[in-house]
Amino acid sequence: ADEGGPRGRRVLVLVDDLAVRSSHSAFFASLQGRGFDLDFRLADDPKLSLHRYGQYLYDGLVLFAPSTPRFGGSVDQNSILEFIDAGHDMILAADSSASDLIRGIATECGVDFDEDPEAMVIDHINYAATDAEGDHTLIAGDDLIQSDVILGSKKIEAPVLFRGIGHAVNPSNSLVLKVLSASPSAYSANPKSKLASPPSLTGSAISLVSVMQARNNARVLISGSLDLFSNRFLKSGVQKAGSKIRHEKAGNEQFVTETSKWVFHERGHLKAVNVKHNKVGETNEPGMYRINDDLEYSVEIYEWSGTSWKPYVADDVQVQFYMMSPYVLKTLSTDKKGVFSTSFKVPDVYGVFQFKVEYQRLGYTGLSLSKQIPVRPYRHNEYERFITSAYPYYAASFSTMGAFFIFSFVYLYHK
Amino acid sequence: MAAATALDSLPAPLRSLRLKTKQQELLLRVSALALIYVLAFVVRLFSVLRYESMIHEFDPYFNYRTTLFLSDHGFSEFWNWFDFESWYPLGRVVGGTLFPGLMVTAALLHRLLRALSLAVHIREVCVLTAPFFAANTTLVAYAFGREIWDSGAGLVAAALIAVCPGYISRSVAGSYDNEGVAIFALLLTFYLFVRAVNTGSLAWSLASAFGYFYMVSAWGGYVFIINLLPLYVLVLLVTGRYSQRLYVAYNSTYVLGMLLAMQIRFVGFQHVQSGEHMAAMGVFFLLQVFFFLDWVKYLLNDAKLFKSFLRITLTCVITVGTLALGIGTASGYISPWTGRFYSLLDPTYAKDHIPIIASVSEHQPTAWSSFMFDFHILLFLFPAGLYFCFKRLSDATIFIVMYGLTSMYFAGVMVRLILVAAPAVCLISAIAASATIKNLTTLIRTKSKSPQTVSGKSSGSKAAAKGAVDQSLPFQQNVAIALLLGAFYLLSRYAVHCTWVTSEAYSSPSIVLAARGHNGGRVIFDDYREAYYWLRQNTPSDAKIMSWWDYGYQITAMGNRTVIVDNNTWNNTHIATVGRAMSSYEDEAYEIMQSLDVNYVLVVFGGVTGYSSDDINKFLWMVRIGGGVFPVIKEPDYLVNGEYRVDKGAAPKMLNCLMYKLCYYRFGELTTEYGKPPGYDRVRGVEIGNKDIKLEYLEEAFTTSNWIVRIYKVKPPKNRS
Repeated sequence: ADEGGPRGRRVLVLVDDLAVRSSHSAFFASLQGRGFDLDFRLADDPKLSLHRYGQYLYDGLVLFAPSTPRFGGSVDQNSILEFIDAGHDMILAADSSASDLIRGIATECGVDFDEDPEAMVIDHINYAATDAEGDHTLIAGDDLIQSDVILGSKKIEAPVLFRGIGHAVNPSNSLVLKVLSASPSAYSANPKSKLASPPSLTGSAISLVSVMQARNNARVLISGSLDLFSNRFLKSGVQKAGSKIRHEKAGNEQFVTETSKWVFHERGHLKAVNVKHNKVGETNEPGMYRINDDLEYSVEIYEWSGTSWKPYVADDVQVQFYMMSPYVLKTLSTDKKGVFSTSFKVPDVYGVFQFKVEYQRLGYTGLSLSKQIPVRPYRHNEYERFITSAYPYYAASFSTMGAFFIFSFVYLYHK
Repeated sequence: MAAATALDSLPAPLRSLRLKTKQQELLLRVSALALIYVLAFVVRLFSVLRYESMIHEFDPYFNYRTTLFLSDHGFSEFWNWFDFESWYPLGRVVGGTLFPGLMVTAALLHRLLRALSLAVHIREVCVLTAPFFAANTTLVAYAFGREIWDSGAGLVAAALIAVCPGYISRSVAGSYDNEGVAIFALLLTFYLFVRAVNTGSLAWSLASAFGYFYMVSAWGGYVFIINLLPLYVLVLLVTGRYSQRLYVAYNSTYVLGMLLAMQIRFVGFQHVQSGEHMAAMGVFFLLQVFFFLDWVKYLLNDAKLFKSFLRITLTCVITVGTLALGIGTASGYISPWTGRFYSLLDPTYAKDHIPIIASVSEHQPTAWSSFMFDFHILLFLFPAGLYFCFKRLSDATIFIVMYGLTSMYFAGVMVRLILVAAPAVCLISAIAASATIKNLTTLIRTKSKSPQTVSGKSSGSKAAAKGAVDQSLPFQQNVAIALLLGAFYLLSRYAVHCTWVTSEAYSSPSIVLAARGHNGGRVIFDDYREAYYWLRQNTPSDAKIMSWWDYGYQITAMGNRTVIVDNNTWNNTHIATVGRAMSSYEDEAYEIMQSLDVNYVLVVFGGVTGYSSDDINKFLWMVRIGGGVFPVIKEPDYLVNGEYRVDKGAAPKMLNCLMYKLCYYRFGELTTEYGKPPGYDRVRGVEIGNKDIKLEYLEEAFTTSNWIVRIYKVKPPKNRS
């Protein structure tokens, strides 16, 4: 991790055929231009290995080998998944010839490709006008996710060219997002044969490009089209069928650059440091609070801009003071220099609490901070010594004592 | 006589050392007491010899842990101790929810020994506290016996209680529990109170109040005292035995004892606010009314006038009393009786209403066999002693009779209360034994002396008549000797029985298990400590362990890890949540465990070793307790035709619930007994019904060498879904 960035720069590129290296050179050049160190290997290279001596050799993976039946060396489906679970990122591109291996990896990442091996996404309305073949498999997609974090702040004006296999997002998986969806008129079928039965995937349920951010913030981009990244699509102009506007360049270049920035954590990565809490008026962090103490809580949150850590600015970061359910829920205020802080009173309940920050925002890495802190009740000498409302009782008991003493004295000695 | 003649021949200065009969008797008595004292201590050391100097069972581990805290941090910290390692995430205010008497006693003993330059570890002090106090109890029993009958009965009582199994069961070395000192305090309070009633002295009443204070600080069983004393006073009032002595004794003991008891945080204002303590207060007021009426009667000196006055006063008093009680109860100022108290009065109450009380084995009704086991011949001597007491009624004997009868009833309701009955049974039996033996020996002696009595006609006609009657029974001496021998035989059998019971049944620490191997040798299963040691060494220091509450104290004390629930069953809902998790399917249980931040789950499994008090046998209680709060858990789901089974015919929910899976995970691969199929459960005696157990949300972390304790790690949520 150079310059203190969230991710390292060593990327393994696995290809079916070394020709991909030249046919997709623009994409690779953009990666290299951003400082990535690409290692091109054939997917069935027998010396292929992701780690050595317990250390991973790469920080990211570009899997441009859609049809490879199995990987060479020690790499297999599980080792790829372990690579992700160890906190690494991956760009996976399939196409209509996707092998079971690639499909399996995608399934494990929450994405199911159309089961028909010949199927492609067909759209008779939103196809690119350059599609001379007439089977309308070259899609001009413009249904992009609304997220500046994933796609960059500059709007992608031109449609994105796509030719390949469609997939559906596993509904039980809450971590997958559709980045580029198909239009309502799209369907997934074999373009070369007649449609015998209704297609299993239709309309905007079809996702063309999806991303998944795992719980450990590993990011995966899955595209149904390898061509999406190719020089040809990156350079070509596009005109959507039925549209008068002709774009000189398709949106692909901007799309793949921005999404790859997101996948390799050049954008949208938050880090929280210096979680601090203390009693109001003190600076040291206590090991335990007492009920009704006033406390201050602060955390510094920074965002990785691609070159440096910049203070993160938001007004929706909340802290919970939590014991089985949140007893206190407060929005943190920021000083725009990265420090988020608030102060509140410890509830009148003792137990083992947690300071919890659960910050999950679209595109950003999730922040879930929790810090355990016990809250104790009053000590015996922390109660009020004399209670004003009890003065009548004090008076009563002391006067009784005095009266008893005088009475005894008089009774015994008055003769 | 030979010794006397030998002494006669000694020179004059030494001859003056010859003891008079009274001095001889004193010497005998003191040496007998000293021997009994030593015996009571020594007989309780079997557990140390058999195993090692260690704390036993469950609750003692909590007591040990708190004592350690007390001696490390001092009393002030102990008093205010908030323990966040138990009952996660609720925590427990330990200082305010325990009886500190035992810990303070042990810590003081420890400090005393240190001051005497005896470098002992606090654990040794804790281990030996119970035997030490048991030995002290014999002294109190002697004094008590002397107070109610004579010093002979006192000696016999001391000897009986020294080895009485009912008492030994909870006071062997290592059984570091409240009862260890509480029985001493209980008997001391009773003795001092009876003494106060007998003498009418303010000093003895004060001593009794302090005895009561110590008892309150040591054990919740003090409720027995605060209800028995007023009952006793009431009986004396009804039987016309009211006296100034009683007035002084009860009032000063009650008022002072109540004020002192309020100083214990756990008890607090219960003496004036809880239904269980109201009898004492009622009798206190009744005594004042009685005294007042007595005084008015003396002043009026007119029967008719007094009668009408009596009527008016009684009506007023009863009305005011009922109103006060009614308003107090209705407004919630006086709390109603607790479930535990109800379950004492009505043995079936707990079974229907409070499964958490009913689930504890020591709260079960007592079987006849265990009465026999714990009391042996005392069971037969007890009624005889009652007969003697009724023959010679006095304030003191009435007390011991009431103590005996009430505690016997409670002993029948709950196994553990045999302990409370033991001193009373020993005392009453001692009266029977002592009186019988005394009668027999006097019979033998009068026979041998009868020629003298006959010759001395001047001793009165009554004595002569008695002597004549005596002489009319021909085999009297022989019968008396035979009876005496029989009595001694019985008493020696008692001693043998007690020693055998102590060494065989009551000296097991239950944390280390012993069994007989195939070749007859002893096999030791030290799995519990193995597991707790593993937890201590291999888990993060803030890890949360979920287990059934039985093991909570041990995990915090030995494993030094946070637990969700423990043996201080103060929060039924929290225990029910754990019970629910254990009886749910794995995915449902996972959600519960996530909400409680559980990192590890610990289960106890006896299927390999045949250790029968494991979690599968306790499981139905978890279902019941869980279902009591969360109706989604239904007991019939785990039963087949009302039958609890774990084999192929078991209920599907049973076969797939978390507890079953955790206990039997990988058990299907194991052959436990020769000639049986793999997965043969040696406790239930069946082949288990689900051998192919897959765990999705948990993974096995550790299993002890005999599979008794199994620890599972809760996996974090899946990374990619």
